[in-house]
Amino acid sequence: MALSIAFWILAIVAIVSALSVVLLRNVFRSALALILCFLSVAGIYVTLQADFLAAVQVLVYVGAISILIILALMLTRNVPQGSPTNTLRIPALLVAVFFFIVVAWALANTPWQLSTTAPVTPTTAVIGEKLFGVSGFILPVEITPILLLAAILGAIVIAREK
Amino acid sequence: MAIGLGHYILLATLLFAIGLYGALAKRNAIVILMCIELMLNAVNIAMVGFSRFVTPALLTGQVFAIFIIVVAAAEATVGLAIVIAIYRNRQTIDASQIDLLKW
Repeated sequence: MALSIAFWILAIVAIVSALSVVLLRNVFRSALALILCFLSVAGIYVTLQADFLAAVQVLVYVGAISILIILALMLTRNVPQGSPTNTLRIPALLVAVFFFIVVAWALANTPWQLSTTAPVTPTTAVIGEKLFGVSGFILPVEITPILLLAAILGAIVIAREK
Repeated sequence: MAIGLGHYILLATLLFAIGLYGALAKRNAIVILMCIELMLNAVNIAMVGFSRFVTPALLTGQVFAIFIIVVAAAEATVGLAIVIAIYRNRQTIDASQIDLLKW
């Protein structure tokens, strides 16, 4: 019961803030709406009993990526422009609506093999086991820092002053 | 009504459709990147939803979602660096004006 209420509130906040990101004219307010969307997605992870992932979402998305986006917004002030739409407005809307209808139809017509076992909580130990344990995802864990190093070096080289 | 798999997947699809519209229809390059982050978050919700309702014992969806978050962070970094470099050279980040490679 409480889970249903929490889900509906978080879902409505997520959708309204996502619409605000796309429809608001002031690009800084779009960034703030994006932060609200990230926070409500973290709440949705909590309703899905994914507590470690909710903490990671807040730390990485809200704590780092949002700050980076606002930093880039402040460095590229384009005050008269704001956040306009281009000429592909109507086809983009049609594509988005068509995508939603197709996926909703596929969702309704697929016989999902739902499991009734309770989810495992807390998830931190199990995720640690999955990432670092035997037959775990240790290879992606080792490749990820290389990706991050490449991204950091690439960003520095691209954005530095000549 | 109990919240089931369908609710979470519909929410993820709706967020993805909103992000898709924004990524296709906006001109500000940073807003396009923000909508791409929206789409990645929507996919994460779908991943975790499937993991919770179809195979609750293996947390494969959550592990995948962690890696998606990492890749999204790396991609946002490089994308925003490119946008800053473009702004430094052309004084604009309007995607409809940065069309040198267009046909």
